[in-house]
Amino acid sequence: MSFRLGVDVGGTFTDLLLVNEQSGEFFTAKVPSTPEDSSIGVLTGIKKVTDSAKIDASMISHVMHGTTVATNTVLTMTGAIVGLVTTRGYRQVLQIARSFVPGGLGGWVIYNKSNPLAPLALTVEAQERISSKGEIIQDLDVDAMRKTLAGIKDQGIEALTVSLINAFANDVHEKQIREIANEVMPGIPVSLSSEVVPEMQEYERTITTVANSYVRPRVASYIRNLHGELQKTMDDLQLHVLRSDGGLASAAAAENLPVNLLMSGPAGGVSGAVWIARQAGFDNLLTFDMGGTSTDVALVQNGVAQLRRETTVGDITVRASSIDVRSVGAGGGSIAHVPELTKALRVGPQSAGADPGPACYGQGGDEPTVTDANITLGYLPAAARLGGEMNLDRKLAEKSVQKIADALGLPLKKAASGIVDIVNENMVGALRLVSVEQGHDPRDFALIAFGGAGPLHANALGCLMNSWPVIVPPGPGVLCAYGDATTRIRDEASRTFIRRFPDTSSEELVTILEQLAENAAQSFDEENVPREERTSSYQVDVRYHGQGLSLTIEVDLDELRSKGLDVIADEYDHRHEQLFTFALDADKEVVNVRAVVQGEATVVKAPLIEAGDKDASAAIMSTETIFVDGCDQEAHIYDRSRIKAGNRIAGPAIVVEMDATTLILPGHTGEVDKLGNILIRPDEK
Amino acid sequence: MTAKLIESTPQPFKRIDIDPITLDIIENALRNARYEMDAVLFRTAMSPGIREQHDEFPMIANVDGKMVVGQFGSFIYGFLEGFDGTVEEGDIFLTTDPYSCNGAVSHANDWLVLLPIFKNGRLLAWSAMFGHMTDVGGKVPGSLPTDATNIFEEGIIVPPIKIYKKGELQEDILNLILHNCRLPHWNLSDFNAIVAACRTAEKRCIEIADRFGDDVFYSAMDELLARNRRAMRQLIMNTVPEEKQYFEDYVCDDGVGMGPYKIACTMWREGEKVHFDFTGTDPQSIGSINFLLNEEMFKMFCGVYMIMVFDPQIMFNDGFYDLMEVHIPDGTLLKPRKPAALSCRTHALGRIFDVLGGLLGQGNPDFLCAAGFSDSPHFMYSGYDKNGEWYQLYQIGFGGIPGKPFGDGPDGHSLWPSFTNVPNEFLEAYFPLRIEIYETVADSGGAGTHRGGNAIRVGYRFLEPGQISIHDDRWLTYPWGVNGGLPGKRSRKILQRKDGTEEILPSKCDRIKVEVDDLLLYETWGGGGWGDPFKRAVEKVEFDVRAGLVSVAGAKRYGVVISDRYEVDQKATTVLRKKMTADRGDTKLFDRGGTIEELKERCLAETGLQPPKKPEFQKWVTIGQR
Repeated sequence: MSFRLGVDVGGTFTDLLLVNEQSGEFFTAKVPSTPEDSSIGVLTGIKKVTDSAKIDASMISHVMHGTTVATNTVLTMTGAIVGLVTTRGYRQVLQIARSFVPGGLGGWVIYNKSNPLAPLALTVEAQERISSKGEIIQDLDVDAMRKTLAGIKDQGIEALTVSLINAFANDVHEKQIREIANEVMPGIPVSLSSEVVPEMQEYERTITTVANSYVRPRVASYIRNLHGELQKTMDDLQLHVLRSDGGLASAAAAENLPVNLLMSGPAGGVSGAVWIARQAGFDNLLTFDMGGTSTDVALVQNGVAQLRRETTVGDITVRASSIDVRSVGAGGGSIAHVPELTKALRVGPQSAGADPGPACYGQGGDEPTVTDANITLGYLPAAARLGGEMNLDRKLAEKSVQKIADALGLPLKKAASGIVDIVNENMVGALRLVSVEQGHDPRDFALIAFGGAGPLHANALGCLMNSWPVIVPPGPGVLCAYGDATTRIRDEASRTFIRRFPDTSSEELVTILEQLAENAAQSFDEENVPREERTSSYQVDVRYHGQGLSLTIEVDLDELRSKGLDVIADEYDHRHEQLFTFALDADKEVVNVRAVVQGEATVVKAPLIEAGDKDASAAIMSTETIFVDGCDQEAHIYDRSRIKAGNRIAGPAIVVEMDATTLILPGHTGEVDKLGNILIRPDEK
Repeated sequence: MTAKLIESTPQPFKRIDIDPITLDIIENALRNARYEMDAVLFRTAMSPGIREQHDEFPMIANVDGKMVVGQFGSFIYGFLEGFDGTVEEGDIFLTTDPYSCNGAVSHANDWLVLLPIFKNGRLLAWSAMFGHMTDVGGKVPGSLPTDATNIFEEGIIVPPIKIYKKGELQEDILNLILHNCRLPHWNLSDFNAIVAACRTAEKRCIEIADRFGDDVFYSAMDELLARNRRAMRQLIMNTVPEEKQYFEDYVCDDGVGMGPYKIACTMWREGEKVHFDFTGTDPQSIGSINFLLNEEMFKMFCGVYMIMVFDPQIMFNDGFYDLMEVHIPDGTLLKPRKPAALSCRTHALGRIFDVLGGLLGQGNPDFLCAAGFSDSPHFMYSGYDKNGEWYQLYQIGFGGIPGKPFGDGPDGHSLWPSFTNVPNEFLEAYFPLRIEIYETVADSGGAGTHRGGNAIRVGYRFLEPGQISIHDDRWLTYPWGVNGGLPGKRSRKILQRKDGTEEILPSKCDRIKVEVDDLLLYETWGGGGWGDPFKRAVEKVEFDVRAGLVSVAGAKRYGVVISDRYEVDQKATTVLRKKMTADRGDTKLFDRGGTIEELKERCLAETGLQPPKKPEFQKWVTIGQR
C-alpha cells in the first residue's frame, strides 16, 4: 500500500490531503500555518493526517506541495543579495528597465521608482559581445572577468546572475562566466539567463533571471529542509512542488528554477477547482478566489487552465509561465471611502488587512470594509464565524458603514449594498480580463467560487457575468490541497527562434521542437519517470512580421509534418480574428518555440455526501432578516454540514460552514449535487 | 458647413437621475473599455511608435462629443462644425490633417479615427483614437523633416473623410493613402488596429447601455462630466491665485539655424474661472517646430497636471472645460497658420508641460516640479541593406524625469503616459545596427534634495550605409531646477566616424549619411533638481555614487566629499556644505543656468555648436489679427 500527500500552506491554515494510491480512499487535515517556518505546520499536519488514517508516515511515497515561500520572499523583499553580470554598456539595464512610468498623463509627478532587485553597486560588466544571430563579435575577456568578480565577491553577494546581450542566441560566454564565478566565489549559486529564459528581450530576460537568483537561496533552503525532515520518516520519498503553471516540479528543479514557483499558491486553488468541477461535470470554468485583501480569477477551458507567459508579483513581472490568474485589490478587508472632491464611492485597493482588520473584528479598526458591509446587510449571521473562531461585532460594522452613508446621503443599508455592488464590479473587471478580453463569452462558463469570501459574492458575480451555474464546492480551504495532490509533473523548455514562415520549414520546426522536448524531459529522466507515462505538447509563438506581441499556438507534430506550416498559419489567422476582429495578409513569423512534457495524472475521486431529497429544511438553523435587492427580506440560514445531495435551497438563503459562507440571492436556487457542491442557478421565469 | 446627423430613430434620450453607485459602476465600466482599447491596439499594431512606445491616445465621448474617459480632450464638436456631410450608422471617419481638426492631432503622422456609436438607430456615444504612424510619405523617411517650411513636405494629408461608409470600407481611398507611404503594410495594420480598438469601445458602450438602459447610460455620461466639473472647480478655487502668474520657456532652435523661440503664458483666476493667455509667445517659425495647440487639449493637459499634483483621486474628463479660458494668439508658434510646417512640433508640445509646471507651481512652491524630460526626441535610420531590402527605424528617446515634491526623478524614463523603450535585442534582430551602449549619463540629473533623473546615452553602431535624422532639443537652454535645485545636464549628439574623427551633430538634423562601423552617441538630457542639494541625505548621495549614477566629482554638487573608494568623509562634508551654503546665499525658485544671452555667449565653448541666430519671422505675421 502506498500513499500520496497533498500539502497546501495558506496564510492562515495548512491543509493536507492523504490519498491511498490503490483504493483512492483519502483523509484530510487542517492545522494552523506557521509563517516563521512553514515546515513546522506541515509536519504537525502530517502527524495529524497519518494518525487519522491510522497509517505510518513511511507509507507515503509522494508529497505534492504548493508553497508561497517564493512569492512571500518577493513581496516582503527579503531575498538574497544578488550580483549581476551584464554585457559592457548594459550595466543599468534594470535601472532603465522599459522606461515605463505608470499612471496616465502626468503620472510621473507621483511616481517613485523602487531600486533594482540586483543593486547597481553589485552589477558589473563583461567585456564580450554576441550578435543577435549568435555570432561572437568579441571574445570574453576572461582575465578581466576574473578580476571584476574578485572585486565584488566580498561585498556580501549571496547569489549571482549572468545576463548577457543576445545570450538567447548563444550561451557560450554565460557558461564561461559561470565557470569563472565557481572558481572565484565557490558556493554562490549562479543563474544564467540562457538557462532560465532563453528568449529575446534583454530587460525581461535579466529581471527574470535576477528574480530567480533573488528567491533561490531561501526557496532552496526551505525545500532542502522540508525534504530532509520528511525523509526522516518516509523512505524513498519523492517531493514535488507546484509550479505557477499548475504543473509539478521535482524538488531539484524547484530549487534551481524557483522563479517558476512565484504563483504556486494560486495555481493550487485553480487546479483544485478544475479537479472538483470536472467530477461535477463542468469543464469550462471561471475560477473566483476571494480572500481578505485580493481576489484571484482565472479561466479554464476544456479542463485546462489558460496560461500566460508572464508572472507578476508585487512590482515585479517576470517571463515565466503561470496560470493566467488576474488579481484585483478587492477582498473582504478592502476599505470603502468617499473622496472629498468627487463624492464618488471607492472601494479598495487599500485594505484593513488582518490587523486591525475590518471594524467588526473589534481590534481597533474603524474603517468600513467589505466585510463590514456584508455584516450590516445580514449576510454574515452570528452563526457564521470567520475561521470558526472569531466573533463579529455587528454594531461596530454598522458604525463604520454609517460614515459612508453620511458622506453619500444614503440610508445605512443602501450604502452597505453600494459597497458590495462596487467591490463586485471591481471583481467583474478582473473576470472580464480573462474572458471577454481574450475572446471568450462568459455565458459559456460556470463560475466556481472559493476563498474565504468567494461564496458570499459568487451569486452576484454570476448575475453580472451571466455565468451559470455558480459552483460553491464544499470545504473551499482544502481545495488547494486537492489541487496539489491531483496535478501532474510538468517541465518545459523553450527558446527564441525568429524566422519568417518563408525562411523556415515544418521539418526544421519539428526538429527543434523534438530537441526541446528532450531537454524538458531531463528532470523526468532524473526521477526515472517511465517514457510511457510522459506526454509532450508543443507551442509556437507567432505574430505577423512587424508586430511586437505574439500569440501562442498549440501544435500537433504529426499534423505539422503532414500539412506543413499552414496548420500554424491558419490557426493564427483564426485566433487573431477572434481576438482583434481582423486578420492580415502579411508574412507570419515564428518568435519562440516551446515543448511541455507532463507525467500521468493521479486519479483521485471526490467523496460523495449522503443522499437526500429536495427538501433542505432539516439543515435550517434559523431565520433572519437580510437586506437584499433593495429591501429587507426573511432568509433561512442553513448548516452546510447538514445538507444532503439532492437538496434544493431557494434564495434568499445563507449557507454557513466553518471557513466560508454562501449567499443565495432571491430568484435563485442552490441545488446540492452528490459531491456536496452547491450549484446556484437563476429560477425559470 | 455642419455635419448632419442621420438617425433612423431620432428620439431624444431622457435625462434621468442616477444614484451614485450606478454612476460609479458605469464610470468603472467605461474606464475598463478605454484600457481595453489600448490593449487591442498594442497587441496588433506594427509601427514601433505605437506598439512599444504607445504613442496613441484613445477616448470615449458622449453624444455631444465631450470626452468622458480618455486622454486627449475632445475635438469632436469642432470636427462636426467643419465637416460637410452626414454622420450615419456604420460610418467611420479618418483624418490626418491638423488644420482640419483644430490641432486635435498635431502632425500628419497621427492618424485619427472617429467612430459614432449607434444603438437602435440613435447616436449613443463616440469612440476615437489616434496613433503615430512610422511613415506617411513626404520628403524624408519618417515624414518628420526638420527643414520643412510647409506642411505639404510632410507627407500625405487626409482631410476628414468617411473611410467606412455605412459599414463599407472605402478601399479605393485607403489604397490611395497607403500608396503614398513608404511602409504601407505597417500603415494598413496600424489602421486596422485603431479601427478594431474603436470598435471594441463601441461594443462595450452598447453592452453598458443594454445593462443599465439607454437613458441611464446617456444620463450617466452627463453626470460624470458634471461630477468632474464640481471637483475641478474646487481644485481651481483652492490652488489658482487671482493675481497674475507669468512663466516663459523656450524651444532651443528651429532646425534651420535660428532660435530660441519663446513660449510665454500668463495665468490668473477670476471667480471660478482660470484664464491662460499665451500673448508674448513668439510668432510662428518658418521651420517645422510649430505646434498647433488645440485649446481643449491644453485644458486637458492642465487639468490632468493639476489632478496629479494636487489630488490624484479625481477621475479626469472634459466636464470642467468651461472653467478654463485659453487664449492663443493667431500666427504664433502655438497657433500657426496653414500651411506652416508642423512636423517637429514635439519639442513645443513637450515644453508646454514645463510651462504649466512653472505657472501652477510658482504660487505653490511645495507642489512645484523641476523641468522635466519635456520632449520625445526622435532618432531615424534608414536605407537599403545588402539584399536591397528597405529598412527604416523610427525611435523615441528617453531621459531624466525631474526632481519633484514627492521624490527623485527616475533615470532614463518617459514623461509620456505608457511609453516604453524598444528592447535593444529586438532592434539588433531587425535593423542593421548594434546598440553598444545603453546607459544613463552619470551626473546629468540636476542636483537637489530630490535629484533629477539622469539622461540616457545610446551608442548606435551602424552596420549598413544609410542616413539618419535626429530631433532633439534642450541643447542650449537648461532643464531648470527649482526651490534651490540645480538644472539638469543638456543633450548632445556625437558621431564617431570609423576613421576616428568625431563630429558634434546639431540637435535637429536630417539626411546625415552614415557608413558601416560609424558610431553615434545619442545623449538626451537630465531632469532638473528639486530643493536644496545640500539638504539631500548624505547616504542617498553615497548610494548614487556607489551605483554609478553620480560620480565622485559630481557628489561635490551636493557638498558631499567621497573618496575614490566610495567612503564618505563626514567631517569634510559638513565643512563643505556649510561653506557652499554660505557662498550660494538664498536658494532660487528657478535656476535656468543663466540668461538666454549668457547661454548663447557660452554656446560654442560649452556645446561645440554655434549659437542659433535670432529668429526671423515672416513679414506677414501680425500676431492676433488675421
